[in-house]
Amino acid sequence: MTTTFAPLPTTASASGSVASTTTESIVFAPTPLQAYLMRLGDTCLIHAQRLAEWSGHAPILEEDIALTNLALDLVGQARALLTHVGQQTGFDEDQLAFLRNERDFRNVTLVELPGRRAGRDFADAVVRNFLLAAWMNVLWARLESSSDAEIAAIAGKAIKESRYHVAHAADWVVRLGDGTDESTRRTRQAVDRQWPYTAELFETDDIDTAAAEAGLGPTRVSLKAEWDAIVAPVFAEAGLSIPATGAFRSTGSRGVHSEHMGYLLAEMQTLQRTFPGGQW
Amino acid sequence: MNVRDTAASPRVAQAWRVLHDVLDPEVPAISVTDLGIVRDVVEQGDALEVVVTPTYSGCPATEVIAQSISDAIVAAGLGPARVTQRRAPAWTTDWITPEGREKLRAYGIAPPGSCAFDSPSEGRTRGLASSPSGGSDGRSEGAVHRVRLMARNVDCPRCGSAQTERLSAFGSTACKSLYRCIACREPFEFFKPI
Repeated sequence: MTTTFAPLPTTASASGSVASTTTESIVFAPTPLQAYLMRLGDTCLIHAQRLAEWSGHAPILEEDIALTNLALDLVGQARALLTHVGQQTGFDEDQLAFLRNERDFRNVTLVELPGRRAGRDFADAVVRNFLLAAWMNVLWARLESSSDAEIAAIAGKAIKESRYHVAHAADWVVRLGDGTDESTRRTRQAVDRQWPYTAELFETDDIDTAAAEAGLGPTRVSLKAEWDAIVAPVFAEAGLSIPATGAFRSTGSRGVHSEHMGYLLAEMQTLQRTFPGGQW
Repeated sequence: MNVRDTAASPRVAQAWRVLHDVLDPEVPAISVTDLGIVRDVVEQGDALEVVVTPTYSGCPATEVIAQSISDAIVAAGLGPARVTQRRAPAWTTDWITPEGREKLRAYGIAPPGSCAFDSPSEGRTRGLASSPSGGSDGRSEGAVHRVRLMARNVDCPRCGSAQTERLSAFGSTACKSLYRCIACREPFEFFKPI
């Protein structure tokens, strides 16, 4: 468990040639089935990155611990998925996480939306956490019967963790939504800000169709009814109404991200790109 | 579920005894066999393969546990060890041995009850998508209680009282939550059933 970093990159080597100060990105060209798995892996990874921003900043200590614990589960799930795809494509999990360009990430846009540092509310974190936990819960349950045995095994573990995530997030949605006038107002605002991005969770494209045909996993549209069944009663108890879904469609799962993604990746990748191959 | 072979070779049997003393780095009161994460020990020529099932996806102790197991096998003169992971079936707290549960209690951590969600499909139905009345914990409260996974009647590991309350769903590690005993006023941790 020693930390080994290569020496700091220098701008000029002894021979006089100029070396880059950042590591070059990998060229990653996944098949549709690999892209399907990366969507989930990247969604776990970027969601974890945003949740971890609350470390040391949550409203109460217990929630600080809870959010970072959730992030830890999500990082573990991401690692398993990235490792699995990496074994098929010749990369390790660190290369996939830290050396891909923005366009090669396939997380849904909802997870990359700014959190605490952009002045967003704790209510945003709570609402997003619940909407995503419910989605992942439905998805993991379906992936337990994946034709890929490793994915089924990863899902068998993750589904158990996701139940705790949903339960915890639902508690908070009700606590804030059905809380004080102030907490209710701010939670409703958070729902209004985030709801437009939930449409992407249920879009289906060629990648989804390929995965469904191969028995690898479900199409996203097929998750909607079960997701509604989890979200609706909790929203009702929280006194929150479900907004109408408009025409806006976010496109992170196709690699076209919001303006926030570049900043997120800059922070997430800087250590590995500055110290190539650094290991804990 | 434990695949400990009763007809194991002396070397494998000795390995199991060694593993019985390899402690979980995060809960150093119980061993890896108490936790039920060692699924198999197999002779592979000179080497011993120890098959381990991870507890949580993101458990930061996974690498340390693998190293501790390898070190202990080598130190006991049983040859080089290779620690491999087996994800399925997923680890459940139901695999914690009775001895492990007693060690947890003595250490001040309330052990988990029987896991109500050992069947994923059943658990999902009961936990998250059940009919509008009736909670996963038997209470007929609102929707939120249906997705709540709070254990009922967690007994205080110090005084044994059932008069306890949960302080936080997550504790110092992902596998535990924080409780308080109303009778003896002591805070304690509860190993969550999963």
